[in-house]
Amino acid sequence: MIYLTRRATFSASHYYWNPAWTAEKNEQVFGRCARRAGHGHNYTLEVTVAGEPDTVTGFVVDLKWLRDVIDREVLTAWDHRHLNLDVPEFAVTESTATIPTTENLAIAAWRRLQSAVSAANGAQLSRVRIYETPEIFAEFRGEP
Amino acid sequence: MKAYFGRRYTISASHRLHADTLTVEENLATYGKCNNPNGHGHNYVVEVLVGGSVDPETGMVINLAALDEVVRTKVIERFDHTNLNLDPLFLNRVPTTENLCREVFALLKDALPAGELERVRMEETENNFFECSSE
Repeated sequence: MIYLTRRATFSASHYYWNPAWTAEKNEQVFGRCARRAGHGHNYTLEVTVAGEPDTVTGFVVDLKWLRDVIDREVLTAWDHRHLNLDVPEFAVTESTATIPTTENLAIAAWRRLQSAVSAANGAQLSRVRIYETPEIFAEFRGEP
Repeated sequence: MKAYFGRRYTISASHRLHADTLTVEENLATYGKCNNPNGHGHNYVVEVLVGGSVDPETGMVINLAALDEVVRTKVIERFDHTNLNLDPLFLNRVPTTENLCREVFALLKDALPAGELERVRMEETENNFFECSSE
């Protein structure tokens, strides 16, 4: 099994806010990340695909194809957006919200990529890692 | 649903690789310039990976501030701007980055909630690193 990884970057804004909590509790748990005007990051997305190299091309998947999948499934929806306000999986209602933490971004990116990647030539999505800064990252491996 | 949260920290420290059980010549042959009698130093990067379920209320595996506090008190304050050979952990053990990685893993494993620490990666330079997990 070979693991192939492609990186992409996107820039987006967000804030952390649980609508079921008081303002005080949000500020206590999330600190500066709870400021409602939001803030932003340059994110790096790493997509790892596992598979056997094709006997003719030597590719697990074509990197240009993977770049296009990442562009279409993730970057079009997330790059230069406000994650809380513009992205459906983080939409806020009066009482619920999936907070756009780096952990939840990794899970959401996995869900956006999985079907497109697994349609390709027997390859499987193995890992999605998202760096919020060069020092902070989260990853999801499809585990329950 | 299980996810992972990773965070990178830096510690600057000196060390000398020298085994008391080896002769002068054997130490030099084994450790080369790392055996320099007065030691040398590195900017180590400690990458801590924590695994667990994502809390539905916070969207987090672990609160970043809580992790920072554990790493600061257990690792950074202990090793940053020190000579690793003088730490009690290395009185009878060579402070290779393998051994440092293992000790940092043990210190953090004891301080974090059970089962949360997934892996510690210790980068000695940009070109070499060591990893320790609970295997």
